[in-house]
Amino acid sequence: MIREISNREIIEVVRDLCIDANYNLGDDVLRAFDKAIEAEESATGIEVLKELKENARIAREEKAPICQDCGLAVVFIDIGQDVHITGGNLNEAVNEGVRQGYEDGYLRKSACHPITRKNTGDNTPAIIHIQIVPGDKMKIVFAPKGGGAENMSRVTMLTPAAGIEGVKDFVVNRVKESGSNPCPPTVIGVGVGGTFERSAILAKKAILRDIGNRNPDPELATIEEEILTRINRLGIGPMGYGGNTTSFDVFLEIEPCHIASLPVAVNVQCHAARHKEAII
Amino acid sequence: MTKQIRLTTPLSNEDVEKLNIGDKVLLNGVLLTGRDAAHKRLFELIEQGKELPVDIKGQVIYFVGPTPAKPGKPIGSAGPTTSYRMDPYSPKLIELGLKGMIGKGNRSQTVIEAMSKFKAVYFGATGGAGALIAKRIKKAEIVAYPDLGPEAIRILEVEDFPVTVINDTKGNDLYQEGIKRYAKE
Repeated sequence: MIREISNREIIEVVRDLCIDANYNLGDDVLRAFDKAIEAEESATGIEVLKELKENARIAREEKAPICQDCGLAVVFIDIGQDVHITGGNLNEAVNEGVRQGYEDGYLRKSACHPITRKNTGDNTPAIIHIQIVPGDKMKIVFAPKGGGAENMSRVTMLTPAAGIEGVKDFVVNRVKESGSNPCPPTVIGVGVGGTFERSAILAKKAILRDIGNRNPDPELATIEEEILTRINRLGIGPMGYGGNTTSFDVFLEIEPCHIASLPVAVNVQCHAARHKEAII
Repeated sequence: MTKQIRLTTPLSNEDVEKLNIGDKVLLNGVLLTGRDAAHKRLFELIEQGKELPVDIKGQVIYFVGPTPAKPGKPIGSAGPTTSYRMDPYSPKLIELGLKGMIGKGNRSQTVIEAMSKFKAVYFGATGGAGALIAKRIKKAEIVAYPDLGPEAIRILEVEDFPVTVINDTKGNDLYQEGIKRYAKE
């Protein structure tokens, strides 16, 4: 059975997600603040974490953006194969939703031409990742991505000989070299396998997970925990002022890759780990 | 490490020389804003020997691109952006009398040396606390480059704007010290 979803509905849903994600920090991040306030060794670090908690409260109550960097609009859409979209083009609907959300929500528009640097004026085009899945529903995940942490992200092609130890070292070194730049405490998305571009998408998808949710594969979960422990021994701390809370979590996603390759992507996410979803 | 100092801009050499890394400072008076695009334009004017649209002597530049102000508010959310992107431009501005910068994240050795030589400091504001920080901004006015939108140069009137000294005039770096103190390997 074909189910129809109108473009108009998609526009409204995307618009609302843009605003919700930028005003209302997820409960997982708020819990992470509380947990870190208990565990942090540095008094300055604790102060920073309390400020971030207070900032999230003000943003929610006053309907203000959590951070002035309201991000590029990253949108993941899972479309059930029995869905028929009516009333126009899906990409255009998503971009119209972003346009309205960023305007109506008083959000900063940060999209610009890569060479002339001229602002596009409405935060479009969105970065849209579409996947066809079974069913007759459409899931839209909106994750605004700030520039400061995104700039610290990297993709590398390790040799298979480097193995899992090479992967762990690459991730830990990336966080170490990023230092205070990406607004720690961060969330680290790691994509291993696939091809060059696929590893980056896996890393991006990884940061959509809620803080505290381990990979269901126990072996991968152990690797996530090990990398997180190593990162939090680096001493960078909240905002880089020193401390033992440098990252809130590490999320690892893997896929098979070429016998010659070991692609590894690290997507760094600041503490404003914003993502909201809706199912139509 | 955590004494609190209240300062009013413009700042003198004496004001900045007494600051040490880790000091909590509450800034009052006015701050200039500028980030990537505005810095590029200022730098080009300096290279051409032309006058700048704002006087930077004794001033503090806040690296920020705020969100649009809602009706009735002076400014939207206004936390710091990452500072290293301004590193190519900062030494020249410091040489011309800039006394402070507010941002987040590491500065280059060249910037740190310019701060020692010409007496300036680098302050950190809490990144991602844009809604909280906006409460300390009482007034905002665009004074140059309105075409740059969020990147336009603004003058902000601030009250007890909270910052932490990251780099002082003696070449010290709070980030380095923090890692030394808390690293476990």
